[in-house]
Amino acid sequence: MTSANTGTEVGSFASRFNLQQYVVYLGFLAIFLFFAFMLKDSGFLTVRNLSNIVLQTAPVTIMAIGLVFVMSAGEIDLSIGSIVAVSALAAAVTIASYGMAAGIVAGLGAGILIGLINGALVAYVKLPSFLVTLATMGLFAGVSRSMTDLRSISVTNETFTGFFGSGSLLGVPSLIWWTVIAIAVGHLVYRETRFGAHVLATGDNARAASVSGISVPKIRLAVLTISGGLAGLAGLLYAGRLQAAKYTLGETDLMTVIAAVIVGGTLLNGGKGSIVGALVGSLMMGMLNNGLILMGLSVSDQMIVRGLIILTAVAVSLRDKSR
Amino acid sequence: MNASAPILQLQDIRKNFGGLTAIENFSLEVFPGEIVALVGDNGAGKSTLVKIISGVHPPSSGTITIEGKPVTMSNATMGRAHGIEVVYQDLALADQQTVYMNMFLGREPLNRLGLLDRRRMIDETEKLVKELDVRIPSAHATIRDLSGGQRQGVAIARATHWASKLILLDEPTAALGVAETAKVEAIAQSLKQRNVGILIISHSLDQVFKLSDRICVLRRGKQIGVRETKKTDKNEIIAMITGLQQQ
Repeated sequence: MTSANTGTEVGSFASRFNLQQYVVYLGFLAIFLFFAFMLKDSGFLTVRNLSNIVLQTAPVTIMAIGLVFVMSAGEIDLSIGSIVAVSALAAAVTIASYGMAAGIVAGLGAGILIGLINGALVAYVKLPSFLVTLATMGLFAGVSRSMTDLRSISVTNETFTGFFGSGSLLGVPSLIWWTVIAIAVGHLVYRETRFGAHVLATGDNARAASVSGISVPKIRLAVLTISGGLAGLAGLLYAGRLQAAKYTLGETDLMTVIAAVIVGGTLLNGGKGSIVGALVGSLMMGMLNNGLILMGLSVSDQMIVRGLIILTAVAVSLRDKSR
Repeated sequence: MNASAPILQLQDIRKNFGGLTAIENFSLEVFPGEIVALVGDNGAGKSTLVKIISGVHPPSSGTITIEGKPVTMSNATMGRAHGIEVVYQDLALADQQTVYMNMFLGREPLNRLGLLDRRRMIDETEKLVKELDVRIPSAHATIRDLSGGQRQGVAIARATHWASKLILLDEPTAALGVAETAKVEAIAQSLKQRNVGILIISHSLDQVFKLSDRICVLRRGKQIGVRETKKTDKNEIIAMITGLQQQ
């Protein structure tokens, strides 16, 4: 037991420091240097390639923000990939008949609605989020396939595609604007508001949160709704960037998003996390993808390497928890 | 005895769960600055009483009066609104959050921008842990890095910060070592100066005799009696708890 309550910065630094929180930055740097060295003749270090990585990871980053809230509250959302496809298709179909505003409402609305369904089943029917979102993942994967009979729908509204993916403002691509704004707002809400504190408390110790007057069911409903809404936004970004929507959008993103969030220092069991860490984790996953392709790895080899990285991340995350 | 009015008054409290009577004919007064111990064997109804006083369960009949005003409560939030704080046996702390966030859990102060007022939380936490002599490394420390005694100290400090009328301590030292128990007992003693009522539940008769001003004995949901600690002894209390007359 220490003898005095001095409140020194040393104490606060020691209590805040742990390997897991910083491993993402070290990992990011290591992978960056590795590729920069290995691929110096393959165009990895060009501005064009690096900015491409950021553009490509924007939807994953947006989804990762939602998942940080969900996992911090001790829940999980496996349905985000399916939400992306449903939202993108809903937006694309609606834009074609009713214009851009209706399309945005339809796309975001679909995401929020699915999130609300997930959240209500978890919060009020008291089903485990793992099973609920596993079911809705499959359910809405089916919905997205049946929506347009597997057909791809093109998005020709230029205002929409400019706003959500292909355009730029002040010389900065809109996808980067979306990433920066979403990270800034997400970080502020997560770290500096009562809601963020209550999310963390709920994931840390639901009983303690409950006897402290925090409405645990409301928090669970809210985080899953946020996750659904952000997955909906990711769907709009995909539709805007690719100028088309298809049921395959987001299909393979779930694993990448979970990996980004865990590598970024958010604990699987809740109570602790980082929005900025998730951004770096997401960029790291994008860089990894990009580098592995440039190195000429086959798709199957890429999947194996990514799987190994996720295993390592989970191992570090759980080791820290049992410290 | 204390000349002032009781801070908490329970009158003819009865609690039924279905056909089962958990508590009957329970009456007790707690005065400001007084420590009352609630003792009884397992299943005597102590935890039911904690839930009634903290507001979690409303009593089936009887009245709860706080500073002369009868109150009805149906959840812990209402109990807290009446100035009653509970230090639960499991402490109800969020282990991965800081001490100051736990101090203000569910009641975080906000600044003018509507954001968490960390400065104020940290300052108030440091002031209080100093006053109560809870020895923690800093208000920034994470709960899981603290010892059992330090955690108990934080939980009591939190209750002290918010309780304007009554603090309920539910088995405050059950999981602690000798030195830490002594520390927590010293903190509990110091709470008397804050002019709140303190109700302590404990299995340790040594502790009860060391800390309390009066002892209330429960057996199988019935109130056996209340004794002034100075005018009784362990044998009498044990006889009251077990129901066996000692010769």
